[in-house]
Amino acid sequence: MVESAPLWAALLVPPALAALALVAAAGDAALGARATGRPLTGALAIPLRETARLLVQQRRAVVAADRLLGAAGPALVFVAALLAALVVPVGGRAVLDLSYGIVWFNAAEVLVWAGLWLTGWGSNSPYGLAGGYRYIALGLAYELPHMFALITAALGAESLRVADVAAAQSGLWFVAWMPVAFAAFLLSALAISFVGPFGQAVGRDLAGGVLVEVSGPDRLLLLAGRYLLLAVTAAVGAVLFLGGDSGPFLPGFAWLLLKTVVLLALLVGARRLLPVLPLQRLEEVAWVLVIPLTILQALLVAIVVLAR
Amino acid sequence: MGESILFWVLAAGAAASGFAVFRVGSMARATFALLLSFVLAAGEVLLLGLGYLGVLVVLMMTIEMVLMAVFMVMYMMNPAGLMPMQMYHQKPASLAIALGSFALLAAGILVVPWPERRGVPASDLTFQLGEALMGPKMLVMMTLGLALFATIIGSVLLATARGRYDRYGDDLRASAPDDPIRGGVGR
Repeated sequence: MVESAPLWAALLVPPALAALALVAAAGDAALGARATGRPLTGALAIPLRETARLLVQQRRAVVAADRLLGAAGPALVFVAALLAALVVPVGGRAVLDLSYGIVWFNAAEVLVWAGLWLTGWGSNSPYGLAGGYRYIALGLAYELPHMFALITAALGAESLRVADVAAAQSGLWFVAWMPVAFAAFLLSALAISFVGPFGQAVGRDLAGGVLVEVSGPDRLLLLAGRYLLLAVTAAVGAVLFLGGDSGPFLPGFAWLLLKTVVLLALLVGARRLLPVLPLQRLEEVAWVLVIPLTILQALLVAIVVLAR
Repeated sequence: MGESILFWVLAAGAAASGFAVFRVGSMARATFALLLSFVLAAGEVLLLGLGYLGVLVVLMMTIEMVLMAVFMVMYMMNPAGLMPMQMYHQKPASLAIALGSFALLAAGILVVPWPERRGVPASDLTFQLGEALMGPKMLVMMTLGLALFATIIGSVLLATARGRYDRYGDDLRASAPDDPIRGGVGR
């Protein structure tokens, strides 16, 4: 039986998620060092050093920048990732054990849309604004497949409660009979965090896009928020498709951590290994190929659920 | 006690940020003031114990307001909505209409004799809502969905300058569409 975790557990969520994000950032730094032929040592220190540097860096802004919205954007991205993490059940217990947890997770992620657009707008730079627009266009491509992936997992468990979805996989992990939904989830996880093939919003062709004028603590919130988003989507992916904390020998907590780290490694690896895809082509792929495929996957799962 | 304090804070915040939509000078600030108002109103829905609906309001309104910001900035008559502007025309008249309708609705809340509650709320409201939508209200939802979808497709068709004759030629016989930007599925 799943029960709500005590209130103090909410205090554990930010540090736990931050630790995962730090590991992801260190892994990314290590991959970056390997790509440029620098020594791999001290990869863990790179994100920490960057954090310290950005914390003390002075904010700069162009003339007539919208400071309020420009500061609200990065904060929103950061907070959205933490809010999304509240419904992840660890050891069978979630801080917020909601009967609509999957919808909560989705609503928290969508705040990133607003966050990135606000950041781009607030910088009063054409590059920033164009980056914000790119993220919204990307959202139109990834959001529906993402929602269908979430719905498919919920359908398989016949519940929108995240812990119920984990519990429903005691026999067979959902990834085994929902591979399309899982793939769509992983791809959209990259898109939500605007990394790798879906990093158009912060693309080098836009001189950094949304990030171009963001400095100091705001930049830290945005860059850290990205890794927090990667970490939380990896954790939710592990719960929704890889059986959550079920597994032999080890305690449930360790299994969930292991699965989350594996997914996180996949996502961070994809960030470095895959090229940025042209956005205008992505749109057609999403609507002509991926959305019908995810709908078919949902249909298949619905038929199985009705028949069993 | 705590709940009623929260209610008033959320209510006042929703009304204030709703009013801010007409006080701020930029399209982006107006849009996101409206979003804040919706999110605070969703907080009231959560207070009623309707968690699913409350979170759904946040989910849908966030997407909607962000898309609206894009379109509003795009279609504004001053240079691309990027300049300072006001969200209203005919200030005295619009103010009178807005305050008048607010007073009317608020008076309605106080004047209407609300019925006493009978029975207790269902144990799982999300489940009950799903059953209602997928059961007795199924026909309404399906009709609504089709109508909305047809409206979207219809308005896109009316808005786009390029039709199938531009894409496939006058006799519609071209094997591949002639698009200014190639799509991603190899056409």
